[in-house]
Amino acid sequence: MTRIDNHPADGAEHAVSVRGLVKHYGETKALDGVDLDVREGTVLGVLGPNGAGKTTLVRILSTLLRPDSGHATVAGYDVLRQPRQLRRVIGLTGQYASVDEKLPGWENLYMIGRLLDLPRKDARARADELLERFSLTDAAKRPASTYSGGMRRRLDLAASMIGRPVVLFLDEPTTGLDPRTRNEVWAEVKRMVGDGVTVLLTTQYMEEAEQLASELAVIDRGKVVAGGAIDELKARVGGRTLRIRPADPLQLRPLARDLDDLGITGLATTAVDNASGSVLVPILSDEQLTAVTGAVIARGITISSISTELPSLDEVFLSLTGHRASAPQDDDATPADTREEVAV
Amino acid sequence: MSAATTTADEIDIDIDMEARSKADGRIPLRAHMRHTGALVRRNLLWIRQDPESMFDALLMPIVFTLLFVFVFGGSIGQATGGGQDGYVQYVIPGMIAMMSMTLSQGVGTGFSQDFNSGVMDRFRSLPIGRGSVLFAKISVELIRMLFATTVLMIVAVLVGFDINHWPGLFAAVGLSTLFASSIMWVFLTLGVVLKNAQSVQAMGFLVLFPLQFGSSIFAPTQSMPGWLQAFTDYNPLSTLADAARGLMVGGPVAHDLWVTIGWSVAITAVMAPVAIHKFRTKS
Repeated sequence: MTRIDNHPADGAEHAVSVRGLVKHYGETKALDGVDLDVREGTVLGVLGPNGAGKTTLVRILSTLLRPDSGHATVAGYDVLRQPRQLRRVIGLTGQYASVDEKLPGWENLYMIGRLLDLPRKDARARADELLERFSLTDAAKRPASTYSGGMRRRLDLAASMIGRPVVLFLDEPTTGLDPRTRNEVWAEVKRMVGDGVTVLLTTQYMEEAEQLASELAVIDRGKVVAGGAIDELKARVGGRTLRIRPADPLQLRPLARDLDDLGITGLATTAVDNASGSVLVPILSDEQLTAVTGAVIARGITISSISTELPSLDEVFLSLTGHRASAPQDDDATPADTREEVAV
Repeated sequence: MSAATTTADEIDIDIDMEARSKADGRIPLRAHMRHTGALVRRNLLWIRQDPESMFDALLMPIVFTLLFVFVFGGSIGQATGGGQDGYVQYVIPGMIAMMSMTLSQGVGTGFSQDFNSGVMDRFRSLPIGRGSVLFAKISVELIRMLFATTVLMIVAVLVGFDINHWPGLFAAVGLSTLFASSIMWVFLTLGVVLKNAQSVQAMGFLVLFPLQFGSSIFAPTQSMPGWLQAFTDYNPLSTLADAARGLMVGGPVAHDLWVTIGWSVAITAVMAPVAIHKFRTKS
């Protein structure tokens, strides 16, 4: 089998390597000195709120945007100096499905095959193969505009896979999808990872990062504020959060202090959420959950609600950085203020 | 679509050796042509998906020919001598020039639509020459224009136009195609720079209207005031129309021909790099 010419540059240690990347839009700093690495064959989840700079990062790494300073390599190719070679080794699935809606699914894939220099016969075979793999064979001849959201996203993923990319960029691959469709897309991404593709995934959801990524970079206002192996971060965040709301708000602080003093909740600390009047306890295991619940009952206070939940983005931020995710809800990042940076 | 059972290993991916040997990633000419071809196919499939998009190319030559020949043709013909039949011989070559301008506009509107969907990001993250996307757009628009020209000539013959010089006709069509391809770079630039298809259309109309009517396309310029004649003399649409007229029905050609070719080359030389640059740097 003749290999497609998509081998990484020689001597590439990391599939993706980013150093001091800065990008301004006028006054606002979308990226404010980002450093990160993705090891070959792993999935890095870039977790952050809207406007944190995730999409800007992906657009720079896929050569759609030029950084103001800093440098980045993908599969050993420099984004600024070797964009043509770089484009041959990447796949990109954007936040908005980037397929031609007027074309049938098959034609979309065939076109991209031809644009990637596959001979006609191979481009046809690859289109058939990927439609089959992404369960779109029945819809092959229909225009993509008639597809459901999930089908369109799958077609988009299939389009990204045509050139057998070494590195795949997934920019919020499930934003706007319903839970069932989201699970479908997750399953497909896991299969791709199983094929040995290196993935950089941006997401707003801890759950998605947990499902797909092995390492995590938490990004806020254009800066990486925390990073590392996902299990380690989960331990710092607490795998789950036990949320206890005492009936009497005056019990809030004493309860939190006592639970903290128990010293059974591992690495992270108990926090108080004044807005909802709850104590948040990071829980790493079922044993800890049992112990904490026992301690609460032993205090003999009235509890109006108790629940466990996976950490939300906000809680991840709170635990990892000591402050809430602060970027605005639109796509513009505000200039970073003088907040201290949390060492990773 | 029979290869549903094919597995990845069975597919022999044989990359163009030429493309592979370019260590610096430069895209060879053959690859350029292949990419442009794939994108032309895409745009032709759009037409198959949406045949209504050809209505303008079909109806414009019919409507304008009927309008100018039967509504204005009698009076203008009378004034210039030769009557309506004489006017048909005058206006049809002008129509070829007009069509090259009006249909060129479409290249810009379609383009800004592409930018507003994610598909342009996909193209720009692929290892293809950025020019391919633009060349493909222009090629498809030229195909539409040749279709419209064919319709125009059929209508022309039906209303009494004499094709007495076929090589001249082909030369005139060739010249207007050349001019149209140069004008398309202007509209492509607008398509990249302006935000939506509507503004491209509005802007295009502003450019087109004075150029089309301040020319010798529809009527001889002798009766126009001096200042307007000064404009029409330098208007490339006048020289294109006059050259087409000379080629198709006889008369002096050389001067208008060279001026039109000069305009086309100059517009392309200036606007093609601008369009490609704007396209490259658009974020």
